[in-house]
Amino acid sequence: MPERASSVLDLFQQGDLDAFESLFRTHQRAVYGWILRIVRDPSAAEDLTVETFWRIHRAHARFQSERSFEPWARRIATRAALDWLRARRPEVELTDQVLADLPSAPAADPGVTADIRRRTAQAFARLPYRLRTAAILAVVEEQPHKEVAAALGITVTAVKLRVFRALRLLRKDLERQGIKP
Amino acid sequence: MNAHPGKRIDDDRIKELLTQALPPVEPDVEPARDLWPSVLRRLDTEPAAPASGSLRRNWFDLALLAGLIVFAASFPATIPVFLYYL
Repeated sequence: MPERASSVLDLFQQGDLDAFESLFRTHQRAVYGWILRIVRDPSAAEDLTVETFWRIHRAHARFQSERSFEPWARRIATRAALDWLRARRPEVELTDQVLADLPSAPAADPGVTADIRRRTAQAFARLPYRLRTAAILAVVEEQPHKEVAAALGITVTAVKLRVFRALRLLRKDLERQGIKP
Repeated sequence: MNAHPGKRIDDDRIKELLTQALPPVEPDVEPARDLWPSVLRRLDTEPAAPASGSLRRNWFDLALLAGLIVFAASFPATIPVFLYYL
């Protein structure tokens, strides 16, 4: 099986379309899920998955077939998602419709009202997109800092710093709105 | 939420609020449609550059620049003419 996988990667590296389709079929779900975790919009995540695989195909000659495909794809997917977040205005993100459409686990704490959840989501959407991405992957999705760092192309320390800054800014915003523990 | 008005929100509470506001995405989530046809369409409209395309272009640019430098060194009087047309 490793030999087979390796030959698919070699063929992909040489520009073989069948090998590319095989990699797409194997990894599209993981790539889509990763992008959805960042952008929180299923429709945008589908478009960005297409964009990501187009970028992957464009960069096939630069892929080193002795390396793993998934972290490489994840990094390209993260860049595509960040490009999308950068291009969007914060106020149109995380609307009620987007939040309702998102396939997610149910909220557990009945003490947190819908209004507080909405205001928290809106305050979070006002944060700079780089801080938001680090916080959502590390805090909400509980991805290991090492994986978040690899996907963002930064160090683990930088991830921790971004999460710290995101939480501090979010706390200030919520306190300004009168939300207290 | 306003039971302890004097307290600051600690990091754990902020994380809890954040997770409540933006619950984690389910692990087995998948796209609602097959995206392969869209990828193929995208490849058709904007095909990937050939593997050696950028390298070939770089060599061509370098060769052109080298030729220009040799020409300018051989015929320095032509330099103002080139600058005029730039």
